[in-house]
Amino acid sequence: MTNRPWLPLVRRYGSVVVLALVVVVASFTFGTFASFDNFRNIAIQSSFPAIVALGMTFVIISGGIDLSVGSVFALGGVVAAYGSRWGTGAALGLALGISGLFGLINGLLIARTRLAPFIVTLATLLAGRGLLLSITEEGSHTYLVPRDSFFTVLGQGSIFGIGFPVWLTVVLFLVAGVVLHRTGFGQSTFAIGGSEEAANLMGLPVLRTKVGIYLSSALLAGLSGALNAARLSSGVTILGVGLELDAISAVVMGGTLLTGGSGHATGTLAGVLLLGVIQNLINQIGTLNSSYQAVISGLFLVVVVTVQTVLGERRTR
Amino acid sequence: MAEQRMDRARMIAWLQNYGVYVAVLALLVVNAIITPHFFSVANIQTQAVQVAPVVIVALGMALVIGTEGVDLSVGSSMALAAAVLPLYLGYGAGVAMTIAVGVGAVAGLINGALVALVGIQPILATLALLVGGRGLALVIADGQLKQIENPALLSLGAEDIAGIPILVAFALVLTLGVALLVKKTTFGRQLVAVGDNRVASQLAGLPVRRVLALVYVLSGVFAALAGVLATARLTASDPSSVGNLIELSAITSVVVGGTPLSGGRIRVVGTVMGALLMQLLRATLIKHDLPDSAGQMIQAAIIVLAVYLTRERAA
Repeated sequence: MTNRPWLPLVRRYGSVVVLALVVVVASFTFGTFASFDNFRNIAIQSSFPAIVALGMTFVIISGGIDLSVGSVFALGGVVAAYGSRWGTGAALGLALGISGLFGLINGLLIARTRLAPFIVTLATLLAGRGLLLSITEEGSHTYLVPRDSFFTVLGQGSIFGIGFPVWLTVVLFLVAGVVLHRTGFGQSTFAIGGSEEAANLMGLPVLRTKVGIYLSSALLAGLSGALNAARLSSGVTILGVGLELDAISAVVMGGTLLTGGSGHATGTLAGVLLLGVIQNLINQIGTLNSSYQAVISGLFLVVVVTVQTVLGERRTR
Repeated sequence: MAEQRMDRARMIAWLQNYGVYVAVLALLVVNAIITPHFFSVANIQTQAVQVAPVVIVALGMALVIGTEGVDLSVGSSMALAAAVLPLYLGYGAGVAMTIAVGVGAVAGLINGALVALVGIQPILATLALLVGGRGLALVIADGQLKQIENPALLSLGAEDIAGIPILVAFALVLTLGVALLVKKTTFGRQLVAVGDNRVASQLAGLPVRRVLALVYVLSGVFAALAGVLATARLTASDPSSVGNLIELSAITSVVVGGTPLSGGRIRVVGTVMGALLMQLLRATLIKHDLPDSAGQMIQAAIIVLAVYLTRERAA
């Protein structure tokens, strides 16, 4: 290990390097790729999954998983569109209230009864979709945001030509970085992921931290859904299916280990952007069937995880 | 005090073992009373045909979960099988089905290699194929739905033997086969041992890697077979929707059937009952005009309850 000091660095920042490589190659290959407009598009399209993946980063660092984020994202969008008739505050309040409720249920079930996160959040995934169907007349009704509502500005407005959701994403990632590395909550998250038993013995507030983690994951997913609804001016019920998988892929590609105890938000951002750039490139090529995007994303995931696992094994040997 | 605790532990153990049977029985009794024509031959056949693909996928999933793994890619394996099937129907239904099931085996082998050889966690390894597999299926089929006109293949989805639809017969035979595999074969015992304690199995000289890889191959084969049968029943190859989210139904069936996620124990008949319970629940709600949304929320509650009960045993 001593003669390979670069290994942990590759594992940690591999996704950033791969992202940079892909962007550089794409810029030289496709004339239409490297433009301000195109980058702005990638940024705004990636901002919604990025916010979801940020919450997932905390969950995965703590050794858990949150499959319910796709449902909560969709719910957040629909109730925000529904609430926007009473103003922006009501829209955001409803979205965060409902998603917070889901986060609390996840967190309390996981932390108190110590059920497997995989199965608890699988159940809330189903429950969330059920609730979504029941408030939209079995998915047949789409709530629209009033045309003159300030709420739409949250999704459509921009500062210096860059959309609000992008700015918000940047701020959220900065805050999350500080929380993760500079606060007790963040340190407890790492400790729980490393060894929950040890964290307990050290007297860390395991229960409270776990509830907080799942609560933030759900709140971020709901917020992202609400912003997306503001951008689309409507609460589209079918969005968010499979979003949990995109989020998990992004987090893992970003170098956060699914076994918990290690990870960082920067990598997640690179992971989300990598998925966004792949999608953008496939659109650029144009002649390629859009199904190729899934194939390439799947391949990237396999390669990245394999490399991480192989390097990880070397390091521990 | 101690006696009370014993009683509670006994009750929970009993619920774990027989809860799913009691629930299925209760739903049947309730339906016999409140739902007209529930026990007509036609309805029983419909219910059984609808649940058969889930049962087949869930059987493979039960084996995977028994090794403390999970296979998220089953729906995509179904889609791949469905996409490949019409390409080779020119050579006859038998050849096309064999190739389709072979594709499932290859998909499973990829999962198995990633899990057993590289050492990637099952969720991640199979997530990659879940994402990529359906995309590949759509690329193969060019995003098109293709009508199936091969009579031999169509008869699999439409005909019955002595009143038992062929689809259901497949599910029954596979259930029996998997039950025997788990109880009576060396491979079955090795599988449970690996799920119970992987390190000990390794130290005891069991072929842990081979067992793990084979389990994912079996799961892929079962899923592909379910994809072929679902295609036969639909009379069309539809890789964009066949098997969508079936991994959730399959995992639910396995867990509700009393197989713990922590591995080391496989309940084959329980798994079938778990699938049946969810199917009956949905059918009951539909027949009484209750919305799908209620069904999903009830399903969620049942999952949590089932896992809560299996957890008690482990504790």
